[in-house]
Amino acid sequence: MSSHGGIWRVARTIAWRSLHTYVRRPDLFVPSLVFPLVFLASFAGGLSAVGTLRGFSFPAGYTAFQFVFVLCQSAMFGGLFTGFTLAFDFESGFARRLMLAAEDRRGIALGYALVALTRAAITLSVVTAVALAAGMRITGDGVDIFGLYGLAFLLTLVGYGWAAGVAFRFRSIQAGPLMQTPVFLLLFLAPVYVPLSLLKGWIHTVASINPATAFLDAGRGLISGVHNHTALAFICALALIFVFAMWMLGGLRSAENST
Amino acid sequence: MSEHATQIRVLARRSMLKTLRQPFQLFPIVFFPLILLAVNASGLKAVTSLPGFPTHSYISFAIAVAFIQGGMFSLINTGTNLAEDIESGFFNRLALTPLRRVSLIAGLLVGVAALGALQSAVYMLMGVVAGAHLDAGVGGVLVIVALGSLTAVGFGALGCAAALRTGSGEAVQGLFPLFFVFIFLSSSNLPRNLLKTGWFHTVANVNPISYLIEGFRSLYIYGWDGTALWRGFAVAIGLTLVALLAVTGALRTRLQRT
Repeated sequence: MSSHGGIWRVARTIAWRSLHTYVRRPDLFVPSLVFPLVFLASFAGGLSAVGTLRGFSFPAGYTAFQFVFVLCQSAMFGGLFTGFTLAFDFESGFARRLMLAAEDRRGIALGYALVALTRAAITLSVVTAVALAAGMRITGDGVDIFGLYGLAFLLTLVGYGWAAGVAFRFRSIQAGPLMQTPVFLLLFLAPVYVPLSLLKGWIHTVASINPATAFLDAGRGLISGVHNHTALAFICALALIFVFAMWMLGGLRSAENST
Repeated sequence: MSEHATQIRVLARRSMLKTLRQPFQLFPIVFFPLILLAVNASGLKAVTSLPGFPTHSYISFAIAVAFIQGGMFSLINTGTNLAEDIESGFFNRLALTPLRRVSLIAGLLVGVAALGALQSAVYMLMGVVAGAHLDAGVGGVLVIVALGSLTAVGFGALGCAAALRTGSGEAVQGLFPLFFVFIFLSSSNLPRNLLKTGWFHTVANVNPISYLIEGFRSLYIYGWDGTALWRGFAVAIGLTLVALLAVTGALRTRLQRT
């Protein structure tokens, strides 16, 4: 059997097992759904007055403006939560046994990536349904929306690549803060509440060089149909996926050496 | 010093040291409120120009949320520490000693109160560095420390109840998102008069965390606002009483199993 087939066999097995666990344990999937919905309710509902600020202009309205942030955050955290699962599997000893049994260990990394994408798909569907039910307007066309969700899934892989690299190296859930803190910072040091033009001082400087600004600008451009930094966002996302794939494979080698 | 007081003092010291010696517990207490304050104060600075916003300094408005976040971390840290003691068997061994039952929890909560006062002082210092102005002056500092400490005890007692009920640190950690929802669905980012979305305004009005936040906030923005203060203290005291009732029930059940 080719190594290629071995990778996919391992990946499919891991993906099935993890998703089976995910849907059967409410303590795992409820928090991953509750957080984005609370963010959406809090930001889109609680801060709707921000949409009336002088200089704030967004064709699709403030709910859509905030929805894009929640979508990007949910996508990246879908990847992060899968990193938590991987770390937990190492702590319980399951991942170590998997390392001994797998035909091709790269299949382990690929399998958890499939888990991340599927979990993100569930979360993004629920968040989108709730936003639409709450009256969110979409002024972009079908291709724009396809691009928006394509970008979201790339962000899931970015979050997963980072978190899996940490999980493979530390092999403990204790490394959880190390997985989520940089992503949390990356997202919140971008124009979350208002466009970049309305930010003042140090946050404007930081947000100007933060790749998450390109993700939010592009996402908001796609949902409203007024494109902004779309190509830059996709290039940044693909570059980050490449960098974090290297980081993750380095972590996998580290885990192999310790097994 | 009476035997009872000695027991409480020793357990309070242990409770404090257990948190202070663990960087994984200390880091979020300081880091997350600080970073959220920095991000929100910068990102939402423009809202001070909205008609009806009570101050020109968003940092003075937003600093109040840090004290509530500190309370939430008390819940997680206290609950996790107690659950660890239960999981390791330390709590059971302690229960078999002549130690009085009430001292078991009172010691823990006195430690939480002291940590709550300390973290309130840190947040106030943080606010001063960031440019927040405390309109109530020196007297306000004392009231904030008292309210911060009481809030930490209330949330800490809830953490104890969860730990005693479940005996699992993981279950206590799982409560964090649940309680964080209360902060998000409150007047944490905008005053209630500027919450324009109908359902959100209603939820924030019935959410007790709004009144706790406004208690802290009033000292920064209005100086001495009796209504906001009594509401803030009423929520903190109510939370503490409810949590202590839950602790009493859970402790009785836990000790029967021992």
